[in-house]
Order: sequence, then structure tokens, then C-alpha cells
Amino acid sequence: MDLFEIIFYFFAAIVLVSALVVVLSKNIMYSAFSLLFTFFGVAGLFVLLNADFVGITQIMVYVGGILVLIIFGVMITTKVTGVDIKEGISGKLQYAGAGIITLLTAIFLSLMFINGKWITGSSTDVHATIHQIGTLLMTKYILAFEAAAILLLIAFIGAALIGRRKA
Amino acid sequence: MLEAYFPLIIMVVFGFAVAFIFMLLSQWLGARRGTKEKQTVYESGMVPYGNARERFSVKFYLVAVSFIVFDIEVVFLYPWAIQFKELGIVPFIAVLIFIAILFIGYFYEYKKGGLKWD
Amino acid sequence: MNEIPQGYYLLLAGVLFTIGTIGVLTRRNAIIIFMSIELMLNSVNLTLVAFSSFFGDSSGQIFVFFVMAIAAAEAAVGLAIVLALFRLKKTIYVDEANILKY
Repeated sequence: MDLFEIIFYFFAAIVLVSALVVVLSKNIMYSAFSLLFTFFGVAGLFVLLNADFVGITQIMVYVGGILVLIIFGVMITTKVTGVDIKEGISGKLQYAGAGIITLLTAIFLSLMFINGKWITGSSTDVHATIHQIGTLLMTKYILAFEAAAILLLIAFIGAALIGRRKA
Repeated sequence: MLEAYFPLIIMVVFGFAVAFIFMLLSQWLGARRGTKEKQTVYESGMVPYGNARERFSVKFYLVAVSFIVFDIEVVFLYPWAIQFKELGIVPFIAVLIFIAILFIGYFYEYKKGGLKWD
Repeated sequence: MNEIPQGYYLLLAGVLFTIGTIGVLTRRNAIIIFMSIELMLNSVNLTLVAFSSFFGDSSGQIFVFFVMAIAAAEAAVGLAIVLALFRLKKTIYVDEANILKY
């Protein structure tokens, strides 16, 4: 087992365990904080895939921005504890649905995993992906770049409008 | 390229190890005599008041939203800034349009008084 | 140099996506549903970066930035809606917001 595999399995374990805690935990604060570890694990995997700028961005945007937003949302709304597992017939139905989806995805993923012909090892020029990103973003994807600005503007005004307390 | 991250890994491991070891050591070696004064809530020297479970004001949320929008803006501008000399004038104008669009939202927020704290 | 086959990353992303789906389907708390959606978006990002890295094309990484921008917009507006719901009905459980149902 070489170093890459150890690092990969380490990050994969962090991601999966903390994602399970996010989904299954009864305490919403535990969910929010284990989401932090999921984001860090995914950022580590990005770096392992030679996408270092994306990894930094992941930490900056998700951990520094979205997670803070979610924690503010928790702090503004929450009654801190409370079990929120569904009860009654509709809850049972939802669990059945989730079980079926899990089963189907498990079958699909294992089929894909066994039958796929995967590339091992990358032959690309892995240096300085950020230069390529800068060039591509400003030439091929420049319209999408402006569209992202409009999307952010709409989200900004919309969130300010909905979130503000009515006078 | 990944070899360049080796010092970072060492730093992270070292940082975690130091924090963890000191935490364990202070658990282990430290004396624990709980007087009444020590048991009270620590609030930076002030007399504690209120409940820690109090709900936050929505204003924090509005500030966080403004932060996240400009956070994303920086993420989009950074690759352009790296390649600034090679790219020339057209991307520069595109970036100016990008910033101008986002500043519409900023001025809206400013005019509506969303940035005033009281 | 990178010895881990591509399938491993894709399998991990698939499992992460499934965990997110289960969260969306089984939880009632709207904020936890948001967190699950973020998990699903993250798994998509992982897939995009994995393909980009093994394919030798940086376009995949640019898609990741757009996904992040959309995730931020979604979190901002969505949580604002949750706050409005909380202000109106004093609850963030999605099945108690059923005033339009009947």
C-alpha cells in the first residue's frame, strides 16, 4: 500500500463517515459540524486529483461561506434539540422509498464498478491548472461567467428581500 | 506536484498532534478543584447574562449572504487575475461587467438599509 | 503518478450522492435537507473533478466553479425562505408547511 492509497482511503473514510453523521444525527448542530468534515475531506480529494485551486475554493466557499450561512440558519430558527424522525404511515413509506433507492443505487454502482474500464494514472500535464482555468474561463466560458454574475445578483437581492423582517 | 504538499501534511499532522497532546496532558496532569467562582460561565470577564440558546437576529444572516456573494466573486476573479497579462483587454471588460452586475446588488442593499446595524 | 483508479473516485461520489438522497427523503428538518443537498452537489463536484483530472481537460474544474456559485445562490435564497417560514409558522419542519395542500 503506497502513500497515495493511504491518503485516499483516509479522506474517503472521513467523507463517508461524516456524511452519514450529517444525515442520521438527531442533533442538528452535530449535523452542521460534521458537514465541515465532509467538505474538508472532499477538498483533500480534490488536491489528490491535482485540482489544488478547486480544493482551496472548496474550503473558501463551502466552509467559509455556505456552512456559516447554514449555521446562522440553525441559530436563528432552532429549538436546539428535537427528534425529527417521521412517524406514522407516511414515515414508513419514506423509509421504504429510501431503502429502495439505496438498493437500486448499490446495484447500479457495483455493476458500474465491476464493468467499467477505468483509467489508472493520469498522463496529463498536471502543473499549474489555474492558468488553464483562467484562460478557459475567459475565452470559452465567458458568457457563462457573466450569467453567473446575474445569478448571484438575483440570489443576493432575493435573499435580502425574503430574509428581511417586514416593517 | 503533490510532493509540494508534503510540508503542508507535516504541518497539519504536527498541529493536530500538539493540540491533542496538550489537551490530554492538561486533562491528565492538571489539578481540578472546582470552586464556585470557577464553575460559573466564562464570558470574557463580564458577568454572564442571558441564555446561550437564545436565537440570533436575522441581520447576521443578511450580512452572511452579502459575504458569500462577494466570496464567490473573488473565486471567479482569481483565475483571471493570474492570467491577466496573457488575456488582454476583452476579458478585462468582461470582468468589469461582472463586477458592475454584482454592485447593483450591493447598491440595492445599501439603499434599502440592509447594511445598517440598527 | 496517481495510482488510484478512476472508478474508486466515482464509486465514492456515487455513495456520497446516495447518502444525500437518503437525507433529503427521510428528514423533516428543512435545514438538514439543505445540508443533504449540499452533500449531493459535493459528490457531483467530485465526479467532475475526477473526470477532469483523468481526462486532462480543465473544463470540468470550471463547471465546479459554476456548481459552487449555484450552491451558494441556492443556500442563500433557500435559507431565506426557511427563515420566512419560521417567522410565519414557527416551524422549520417541511411537513408542517402544508397550508397550500388542501
